[in-house]
Amino acid sequence: MAYDCIVCVKQVPDTAHVTAEAMTPEGTVNRAALPAIFNPEDLHALEVALSVRDEYGGSVTVISMGPPKAADVLREALYRGADRAVLLTDRRAAASDTLATSYIISRAIRTLGKYDLVFCGRQAIDGDTAQVGPQTAEKLGIPQVTYLERIESVTDGVARMRRNVGNGWEVVEVKMPVLVTVLDTANEPRPPAAKRSTKYKRSRTRLELGAEVKAEMPDVSKEKAEVEIERRAETLRSRGLMIDTWNLDDIDADLSWCGLNGSPTKVHRIQAIVLTKEGYTEIPPTEEGIRRLVHELIVDHTLG
Amino acid sequence: MIDVNRKGEVWVFAEQEDGKLSDIALELCGKARELADHVGVKMAAVLPGTSVRGLTDELIAHGADKVYVVEDRRLEHYQTQPYARVICSLVEKHKPQIVVYGASAIGRDLAPRVASALRAGLTADCTDLDIADVRDAASGVTHKNLLLQIRPAFGGNIIATIVNPQRWPQMATVREGVMAMPEPDPKRGGEVVEEEVEFQELDFAVKLIERHREPHTVNLKGARTIAAGGGGVGSKEGFRVIHELAAAMGGAVGASRAAVDSGYVNKAHQVGQTGTTVRPALYIAAGISGTVQHRAGMEESAKIVAINDDPEAPILSVAHYGIVGDLNQIIPMMIRAIKERPKE
Ligand SMILES: Cc1cc2nc3c(=O)[nH]c(=O)nc-3n(C[C@H](O)[C@H](O)[C@H](O)COP(=O)(O)OP(=O)(O)OC[C@H]3O[C@@H](n4cnc5c(N)ncnc54)[C@H](O)[C@@H]3O)c2cc1C
Repeated sequence: MAYDCIVCVKQVPDTAHVTAEAMTPEGTVNRAALPAIFNPEDLHALEVALSVRDEYGGSVTVISMGPPKAADVLREALYRGADRAVLLTDRRAAASDTLATSYIISRAIRTLGKYDLVFCGRQAIDGDTAQVGPQTAEKLGIPQVTYLERIESVTDGVARMRRNVGNGWEVVEVKMPVLVTVLDTANEPRPPAAKRSTKYKRSRTRLELGAEVKAEMPDVSKEKAEVEIERRAETLRSRGLMIDTWNLDDIDADLSWCGLNGSPTKVHRIQAIVLTKEGYTEIPPTEEGIRRLVHELIVDHTLG
Repeated sequence: MIDVNRKGEVWVFAEQEDGKLSDIALELCGKARELADHVGVKMAAVLPGTSVRGLTDELIAHGADKVYVVEDRRLEHYQTQPYARVICSLVEKHKPQIVVYGASAIGRDLAPRVASALRAGLTADCTDLDIADVRDAASGVTHKNLLLQIRPAFGGNIIATIVNPQRWPQMATVREGVMAMPEPDPKRGGEVVEEEVEFQELDFAVKLIERHREPHTVNLKGARTIAAGGGGVGSKEGFRVIHELAAAMGGAVGASRAAVDSGYVNKAHQVGQTGTTVRPALYIAAGISGTVQHRAGMEESAKIVAINDDPEAPILSVAHYGIVGDLNQIIPMMIRAIKERPKE
């Protein structure tokens, strides 16, 4: 029995490695200066889907909601073995909170049609909320299994999975379709395959083709440019190199559920964390210095 | 989603496992009590489970005015959908203005499911909650007494304050260990309300086949003092001095993720964003650089001592005392100084 898998992936700024170049003189982080990466746990979600397909047959479709340059993570998913990639991009989706985001993703999943398993990374490192997976499951009206450590077996449309709940583990069984969120301890993601990378390097979204045509033929009319874009898209499509691009109309989304309108939470205030350099007492690394420190900690009842 | 309901109660999801309330449930009672007093409403705990009646006194002693109890034999072990059904049904019936959950494995699985079903807002992993009037700059409208949901974001590089002005209940998950545990008052009175919830067959789609819980061996949260080692310790053998330092203080052993990932010590000791959040009286960080992910778990400690050979290490920015030098020399000196301290 073959299973159709969908993997939801996100392109995120690399918040874990804030480099000196990304720091402003005030000591805050300039997000735009951080490199954009494949959200780490989403790579593990992709790996689970690929291994299910490799073992049981079926397909792996990767979808990503984000700005046009999120096409980069979709290409990376194709290098690693995904069969199909869909970019969800629309200005009207900007400023979506997790609720609006999960609605949009659930619409895209419904648009894809039949599926058995949906995989998400447990959480994305830019927000660390871990909310979009469970919310998407609820919107789809399907069960969720969070914190996947491994899939034990899949038999006749029933998946048996082991989840890590921090202070222990559980094995659960559920009939598909089901949405699963994956931990970074679940597996070792396979690297991009050289052959696939060579092939899919040429994969493009329509928006990228548009930008290329504009750069290469700056003087042609709009109509001519359209014709050229369509010609290139047709060639890529025939070789399976087109990354589908959908907007909110393509997935039949109710706009009152999307973007700012669809988001109950509002950001009231943002404060940047400033790393201060002052404020600590320097203790010399000597017997005497340390004895004094210990004495001070005893006097103020820190050490009993 | 429910409408703005200023008379609505403040609710805590009373997480319990194997007949024992989680610390976070009791920590939340303390905070929710404050919030409820601030807006002048009652504070209630929602307690689903099997044979959980006996836990209601503890919730009341920790600040609840009311406990909604939902008992069903199918609620023995936490499962997403039946528990979400309980919360959603009760929210629709009683229309609370605020619902808070622990940012635990359970709370972070449950709260988003509930938020999606109710179409309500939810903020994850708050480190503080408060009440204030909030003026919306665009419309000029002032919303009275909103829940301020305060959380680190962007890998801990910013602190965001989130509000839900219109679509209630206002919901948040709160990180474990950051709210002070309230002093229980066994004389406090409170009301126990039995509730019935109608389940659907599909709520039980996920079947629990096997369940294993690790005995609590490492008590980081409860420790008064913690000696923590990081990547700079260099080896598992080297980590022995960290254990010795902790033993000399009568405290617990903590670690950074680098130390855990390198196998110096097991994961239960990890402090930080993906480990335990601690606030001991004393935190000694040795060979720990102090990335935001680590600091998120320890910067609330009352006293922080950093030992690092790099005078530029970020850990020093949150330290009260800094010792710049080699931990292999400094820690043995420290152990001696502690052991030789004059005893009263
Ligand atoms: C999503 C995410 C979640 C994370 N969660 C956590 C978390 O919960 N907890 C956590 O700790 N990390 C977490 N991390 C990892 C974090 O980013 C850092 O990689 C980690 O904290 C580094 O550990 P370290 O400072 O001990 O190690 P290193 O980076 O190896 O630093 C070692 C330090 O020791 C010093 N040193 C070296 N030798 C000596 C010596 N002989 N004497 C004195 N000092 C010495 C060095 O100057 C340096 O400052 C997370 C990362 C991500 C991306």
